[in-house]
Amino acid sequence: MAIDMSQFYQVFFEEAAEHLSDMESLLVEVDIGTPDPEEMNAIFRAAHSIKGSSGTFGFNDMTEVTHVMETLLDMVRKEEAELTTDIVDACLDAGDVLRNLLAAHRGEGEADREAAADVSQRLEALCQEAGRSSAGGAPAVEPVRTNETQAAASGGSHYTIEFLPTDAAGRDAEVMENLHQELSAMGRLEVLEAGEGGQCRLRLETSTDRDQIVALIEFLAQDGSLAVTAEGAGDADATDEAYGFFGDEPSEPAAEDRATQGGDEAYGFFESAEENAPASESGGDADGAYGFFDPPQVASDASPAIVQDDADGKYGFFGAVEAPAADTPPANVTSIQSGAAAEASAPKAERAREKAPAKSGAKGGDSSIRVSVEKVDQMINLVGELVITQAMLQQSASDLDPVVFERLMAGLGQLERNTRDLQESVMSIRMMPISVVFSRFPRVVRDVSRKLDKKVELKLSGESTELDKGLIERITDPLTHLIRNSLDHGIESPERRRAAGKPETGTITLNASHQSGYIIIEVGDDGAGLNRDKILSKAKERGLNVTDTMSDADVWQLIFEPGFSTADKVTDVSGRGVGMDVVKRNITDMGGSVEIESMTGVGTRMTVRLPLTLAILDGMSVAVGNETYVLPLNYIIESLQPETAQIRTLSEYGHVIQVRGEFLPVICMHEVFGIPGAQTDYMKGLMIVVEAGGNKVALFIDALLGQHQVVIKSLDTNFRRIQGISGATIMGDGQVALIIDVAGVIALSRGPAAMAA
Amino acid sequence: MLQQITGSSPAAMGVDVAQDALGAQEFLTFTLGEEEYAIDILRVQEIRGYDAVTRIANTPHFIKGVINLRGTIVPIVDLRLKFNLSDVTYSEFTVVIILSVAERVIGIVVDSVSDVITLGAEQVKPAPQFSSSVEGDHLKGIGTVDDRMLIIIDIERLLLSPSMGLTEGSVQ
Repeated sequence: MAIDMSQFYQVFFEEAAEHLSDMESLLVEVDIGTPDPEEMNAIFRAAHSIKGSSGTFGFNDMTEVTHVMETLLDMVRKEEAELTTDIVDACLDAGDVLRNLLAAHRGEGEADREAAADVSQRLEALCQEAGRSSAGGAPAVEPVRTNETQAAASGGSHYTIEFLPTDAAGRDAEVMENLHQELSAMGRLEVLEAGEGGQCRLRLETSTDRDQIVALIEFLAQDGSLAVTAEGAGDADATDEAYGFFGDEPSEPAAEDRATQGGDEAYGFFESAEENAPASESGGDADGAYGFFDPPQVASDASPAIVQDDADGKYGFFGAVEAPAADTPPANVTSIQSGAAAEASAPKAERAREKAPAKSGAKGGDSSIRVSVEKVDQMINLVGELVITQAMLQQSASDLDPVVFERLMAGLGQLERNTRDLQESVMSIRMMPISVVFSRFPRVVRDVSRKLDKKVELKLSGESTELDKGLIERITDPLTHLIRNSLDHGIESPERRRAAGKPETGTITLNASHQSGYIIIEVGDDGAGLNRDKILSKAKERGLNVTDTMSDADVWQLIFEPGFSTADKVTDVSGRGVGMDVVKRNITDMGGSVEIESMTGVGTRMTVRLPLTLAILDGMSVAVGNETYVLPLNYIIESLQPETAQIRTLSEYGHVIQVRGEFLPVICMHEVFGIPGAQTDYMKGLMIVVEAGGNKVALFIDALLGQHQVVIKSLDTNFRRIQGISGATIMGDGQVALIIDVAGVIALSRGPAAMAA
Repeated sequence: MLQQITGSSPAAMGVDVAQDALGAQEFLTFTLGEEEYAIDILRVQEIRGYDAVTRIANTPHFIKGVINLRGTIVPIVDLRLKFNLSDVTYSEFTVVIILSVAERVIGIVVDSVSDVITLGAEQVKPAPQFSSSVEGDHLKGIGTVDDRMLIIIDIERLLLSPSMGLTEGSVQ
């Protein structure tokens, strides 16, 4: 068993983790009073999928928890029970327990069986409560696994299945036993030849699609030995077009009937709809009324009878979706299939992920694949080299006569375009929206604020900001800690907020943006702010080198000292092991920095700056003296040739230039970087108006050289960060050019000016 | 201080040095002005000419800038400037030794590279103690081959010392 299944475990783990996080984010968002049926369905489906696949893989502890949860969710979904905060809480906790169990199965950490039992009981109690209160009476909780034959009610095709088990499968009685279980879950199974050491012959009466049976057995059978033959259809109505994959549940005869009657276009549940691509096509003809998530239908879903009629021209999604509610086996089938697809299991897993969110339709198909990050990285590096080589070629060719070498030039032009496109698409592979990280915070805020009895609202913005996958993984923990910190130390209790004349509900804002080649993530709160005196006295207590005249910024940085805490008491929120020093270290390790701004009584804002690991930017190369610098294009507003009348002297502050009514400070690049031999006469050089961090300035340079796409190479790798320089790049001629960090240059230029003033 | 120097006799130099069973190890020797220096051969990645260095503003004068070493940005330090030698010129014969230290690649400019020699334990004497020099830290010992005197330096410690300004948090 282990031999055959272990390779699919990974798929299951990933899939289950995805379902769990989907479920969690949906649960957190759900509106308790008036839950969106679509969302409830999505939550239910996630739970259902986890249950199904965990059962298949024999992780019964997970199956047990999800089973109860699923039953409860099913009742809510069918509006037999009202959604309450208790239910959401219990489900969220169950999600945590499942995560723990999942980690344990992965071999990471210990499974907390007690918690699992607790949460199961809690869910069970809620189930019963809900069952009592609901007028119609809920369906009884079915046993987790039903092995009895079930197809009788529906009728279906008779299949004879013959195959030679693989050596591994044949030896292991458990494998065969499992297979029999899976098959009997599909319909009525007769074992004609048990296959002790040889041929297996089974007879199965089921409405399940033949392909699914094949997929299930495929990986147990020796190559080419599998034969599944239909003996003739039982009930033509049911089998012809009834993709009512789950339509044969005796526990839900109504649903099954629906699937059968509406069979013409009733696509049943997600899996079958996908597995039967031709069916989907034919569905397209049907009245054109997909009604998949048709809101009116959703609304009417409460009374199944309507759905039944609707099913004719529609996909009958909700009609069919109810059927699987009561039982596991169909989902088992699903996951076995994805397992059985063996090498192709990766795409399947992706598909499974796509299925999970309610809004993804049944379009399916092999629309995505899983690839290891190393492969992507390797590709990115290679493309980076390609870009440099292409630039070198371009440079060499620029000396040639374009008339004589016309075809070469055309080819190079083509190469440039292709390289650029290739580079863009390759880079985008590794980039993920930060919403992947942000999406977990509503839960964190919800849990922690409850624990602390605070009212907090989380506002997210800039979720679509993309950053490198590697950074995404590493930024999650530090950000979580910053948010917990804001919750615990930043936001005050409702009473204190009221007393301070603020709204009772505190606000935590989380914002991500791109800025000067960095990703900026801001965690802000409108809480009490940092207490300067408290921090200073604490620092003195700890023997840190501090003075009362330190700048605020320096004082705030003290909270990143190891073991530093101004909390009067250690709560279980702040005592979670990861200290602010670890946050700082993690971020510094990524080449980033954390800045704190705080005002007593108004709030605190922590700004995390992270560099883009490997990125490509559109840059303008500029000449200053005989040196070349690259100015990121996105900072440039315009460039102009200054006229004498535009330049004014502003005593010791230097010069300003008047551009369209605005006076902008002039920063001479050759002064900032100490470049000898540069143009010093404003009339003979160029001004480039740039904007960074809300500051608009004019940079004085000698000349513009051209626009390139450059690969950012970090200076830190072998060297260190230099103020005013965000990185380096290799130009077409192989020379290194430095990339200007506009914000840094502005800061540099202000240094001396501030001192002079 | 004393302890550090006696502690850095070849027998105690540890695993980061190429040693054979007899305690002999290989060094790359180079000259800076009148003096001959020796560094652990295992730290040396390659030797190349001095070419196309991009200057970096606001760095110490002995950091010449960065070069493109097959796609990697590598800082170049002129040891002649660092050691305050008077005669510093750059020509096509100026040599850069590319070193690999502490997972960084750093190039150093020297007057010339001499040869690779093997020094036995008995050929290495502890470095004399300099009264006030904290910089003396990177001296590992004095090697003698015939009448040549080689100053054996711990190049990793030298390059990573804060006064070099090559690493994060170092003074400029």
